[in-house]
Amino acid sequence: MNSVLNVIISGVGGQGILTASELLAKVAMEAGLDAKKSEVHGMSQRGGSVVSHVRLGPKVYSPLVEKGSCDVILSFEKAETLRWIHYLKPGAKVIINDLEIIPVTVSLKLDSYPKDVEKIIRERAGADVFLVPATELAKEAGDARTANTVLLGSLSLLLPFEMRIWEKVISENVKKDTIEVNLKAFHLGRNYLKI
Amino acid sequence: MGQKSLLSGNEAIARGAWEAGVKVATAYPGTPSTEILENIAKYPEIYAEWSTNEKVAFEVAFGAAIAGARSITSMKHVGLNVAADPLFTSSYTGINAGFVIVTCDDPGMHSSQNEQDNRRYAKFAKLPLVEPSDSQEAKDFIKEAFKISEMFDTPVLFRMTTRLSHSKTIVELGEREEVPLKDYVKDFRKYVILPSNAKVRHYIVEDRLKKLREFANTTWLNRIEKGDPSLGIVTSGISYQYAKEVFPNATFLKLGMSFPFPAELFAEFVSMVEKIIVIEENEPFLEEEIKILGYTAVEGKKYIPICDELSPEVVRKGVLGEELPHPEPLKSVLRPPVFCAGCPHTGIFYNLWRLKATVTGDIGCYTLGALPPYESIDTTICMGAGITNAFGFELARGKEFSKKLFGVIGDSTFLHTGIPGLIDIVYNRGITKIIILDNRITAMTGHQDHPGTGRTAKGEPTKSLDIKEIVKACGVSKVYEVDPHDLRGTREIMKEVMELDEPAVIISKRPCALLPEERKKQAQRPKRKVNPEICRGEKCMGCIKLGCPAISLKDGKSFISDLLCVGCDLCIQVCPFGAIS
Repeated sequence: MNSVLNVIISGVGGQGILTASELLAKVAMEAGLDAKKSEVHGMSQRGGSVVSHVRLGPKVYSPLVEKGSCDVILSFEKAETLRWIHYLKPGAKVIINDLEIIPVTVSLKLDSYPKDVEKIIRERAGADVFLVPATELAKEAGDARTANTVLLGSLSLLLPFEMRIWEKVISENVKKDTIEVNLKAFHLGRNYLKI
Repeated sequence: MGQKSLLSGNEAIARGAWEAGVKVATAYPGTPSTEILENIAKYPEIYAEWSTNEKVAFEVAFGAAIAGARSITSMKHVGLNVAADPLFTSSYTGINAGFVIVTCDDPGMHSSQNEQDNRRYAKFAKLPLVEPSDSQEAKDFIKEAFKISEMFDTPVLFRMTTRLSHSKTIVELGEREEVPLKDYVKDFRKYVILPSNAKVRHYIVEDRLKKLREFANTTWLNRIEKGDPSLGIVTSGISYQYAKEVFPNATFLKLGMSFPFPAELFAEFVSMVEKIIVIEENEPFLEEEIKILGYTAVEGKKYIPICDELSPEVVRKGVLGEELPHPEPLKSVLRPPVFCAGCPHTGIFYNLWRLKATVTGDIGCYTLGALPPYESIDTTICMGAGITNAFGFELARGKEFSKKLFGVIGDSTFLHTGIPGLIDIVYNRGITKIIILDNRITAMTGHQDHPGTGRTAKGEPTKSLDIKEIVKACGVSKVYEVDPHDLRGTREIMKEVMELDEPAVIISKRPCALLPEERKKQAQRPKRKVNPEICRGEKCMGCIKLGCPAISLKDGKSFISDLLCVGCDLCIQVCPFGAIS
């Protein structure tokens, strides 16, 4: 890798976003690259929006991705993708979990849930959009909670890291009794997309 | 080469403290500082405690430093306000063994009530200021901060910001250096700060500041990075990273010890470059130091905003007046943080909303009671003010008004700074009513123990304070304990105390729904279900108004998510038609 790769992982508190971004940064570190990741803890844990920036490359300065420079958004929830599209650079790719989490504001009729998220992203950002049924694939792997690993598997198709590094990092960083199901989830996510 | 690890700035500080031979560490939890002590507590060589509040934390660690042990205290930026009293005087007495105060500021106010720039405290208290710009520096600079502390007989202020504390970057680890206890020698003129001694100490402080000014020119914490001479950038902390991102080829004066300002190093820098700008977050702290030296052509805040946090795009736009091409930002659905499913606070705020009470709030998860659907909180200022603000309302608007007035405060917050306020109400003949939300943990910052939980920061069993007995000892004779998930029972007690002509305290007792023991209980309970035949849905909205994240409207009827429901029965209690079971 000659330049820095910018990834934004978005979703809702409790979906395993921080774990996923941690694994990604560790994969880059394992591959001998510099890596930085940034997110905010605190308020965001209570069911609010969560975003993590991950930057990988020979030398990384800012832990935050600059607007207009993001190569990939990996979104764990449909509507959360829209919040970050101004970070995308031309020709960027967007992987979205096919999942809608309806916030209380919609039930209270203070707001409405956006329609046609994929179409909006294609039109407004000119990005390639891929939808992954991560929850179903995670159930297929054996545990619905591995949806974040499924999505990492899909993301791995866009990154230049060897499979053995992914497998090593996942194995070293998840609970011992969940290594197998996580690896299965990772491969289901990786094999689902044809990019 | 040592082992490499991906660490947050806070984890790196913990590691640095361990490597520096620290023996005593104290803190009160507060975002973004909390993980420092959480991680220090894992090292068996270091005593670590959650203190009652930041002033206590400061004084305990400082006492240990006077007595000869390298000590560290950490807190969020507004926490240092609570500890400001000992901060200023510790500057006069100086230390014995090294003493470092970590302040974690929150530019952008991701989880804070203001954006104060605590670099100003260094100048105000006449202390050296150290600012790292990534996790590696956080670890290495902490070790150097202890050396500076001992070299100059001074506490050192170590300033982090949210993006440093919570970003993870690669760190090369080192080993622990065991630093033996320093001898303790009683020294009346140094540590007993009577006016006659303080007068002498002030001269010593001024002299120390002069020496630190000299030191700032030569310390390795400050460096010039030679580059293109057409642009010189002065910067420190996380701003350095943003500036490097946008101007990788410029010449940099990168300050790791940013107060006292290194005047001679700056003069050298001036001779190397054609134009200088200062890139710093929030206050024009460095810019003012430079202008005081007479360099009036140097600009900073002309380009870089004071408000909100910096980012590469803010730096680029500020200095170059341009942005990278990017899609127009879009709004997505509002997704504010909410009370978790089964949260004890839901019951209290639902009732406060029903009673249309005036509520002065405090700092914690329950601050969310100010947001829809409850919108029940009138004020939130700082730790402890839930109680004292309420009494102020009573004094301004009279006893009749104050019958529909509640001050609301959490358990950890009550012990932090709530007790003096409650005593104030009793002592000054008030009738203000207080609700203490006792969820058995410091929840907002991610479950830290406190004097009421029966466990220390190290996980050891300890005495558990009885809040009811404390309230009684403050002189309140009307004390009630309620289960906030008994909606009607709680409301009846609220109505009862509203009629009282004396102060009263309601203690809402139910543990945070995210605690492991609670989760075990939840797993045993059935998930709640809505019978769509009976539910009136949009026409009723009874359960929706609970604000439970597990409940939403689906095809015009209420729907409870299996994934989120924890099997509490609040929705059953509020449904007027018996549609939920």
